[in-house]
Amino acid sequence: MIPVSWYLILAAILFVTGAAGVLLRRNVLIVLMSLELMLNSVNINLLAFGHHFQDLRGQIIAIFVIAITAAEVAVALGILVALLRNKHSLEVEDLAILKG
Amino acid sequence: MEREFFLLFSTVATGSGFLVVLAKNPIHSALALVTCFVQIAALFILLGSPFLAVIQIFVYVGAIMVLFLFVIMMLDVRKEARSRFLTKGAPLGFLVILVLAAEMFFLLTRNAVFSTNIVDGVPTTPSIKELGLTLFSEYLLPFEVASVILLVALIGAVVLAKTEEDDTATKDELAGGVVK
Repeated sequence: MIPVSWYLILAAILFVTGAAGVLLRRNVLIVLMSLELMLNSVNINLLAFGHHFQDLRGQIIAIFVIAITAAEVAVALGILVALLRNKHSLEVEDLAILKG
Repeated sequence: MEREFFLLFSTVATGSGFLVVLAKNPIHSALALVTCFVQIAALFILLGSPFLAVIQIFVYVGAIMVLFLFVIMMLDVRKEARSRFLTKGAPLGFLVILVLAAEMFFLLTRNAVFSTNIVDGVPTTPSIKELGLTLFSEYLLPFEVASVILLVALIGAVVLAKTEEDDTATKDELAGGVVK
């Protein structure tokens, strides 16, 4: 039987890795992929606690997280394709047209 | 035996997670992310939720990552692979990440609550039937809201990706003005 803290530590490592990718990388695609990594580490936490307390709600919330992630990725990649049609750059710092 | 499997899966997941962030080419990091998602699906099976593991493979690996790979292959990434690696605000971001990591580390290692197993008796794996009954009775409203969100995302993606024929002139003008 694995203690729940092992899962929590693994999820924390993956979350910090994803946060590093979001904050430090320049490529928009890699920023989006790091976001996926962060969402997945949260899912590990939800399932670990659901298993720990023998509660189904962890799994149900994880299902909702996965569904919302699918929607988010579809919209994000749509925005990215529309943006790249006008502005041929994949770098985060060049995509600041909403900045005042 | 379970412990060895956990260590194997978590080591590969962490390694491929690092590779996602460190790879220069977006295709390499997409493939590393696929590896990471498969390992996480295996961990879900260890956590007694095989349904979530199947959903993870279907949705993340089968749909989301294939979408990412399509977009990467539509774009020209060879130029991007040679560009600069880090953002301008990298030292500040690095500091934020260091603080976050230290905080999580101390919280998880110095806290005795998480290091014990408080489950009484043998943990039972909840069946898919129970999961479905709870999802469609107690959580019916969130389920319907999620379906509406998916519909909105579908329409939004179609509208965003559509090319309008009538304003191509403005778009070309804009592109010419913006590209350095």
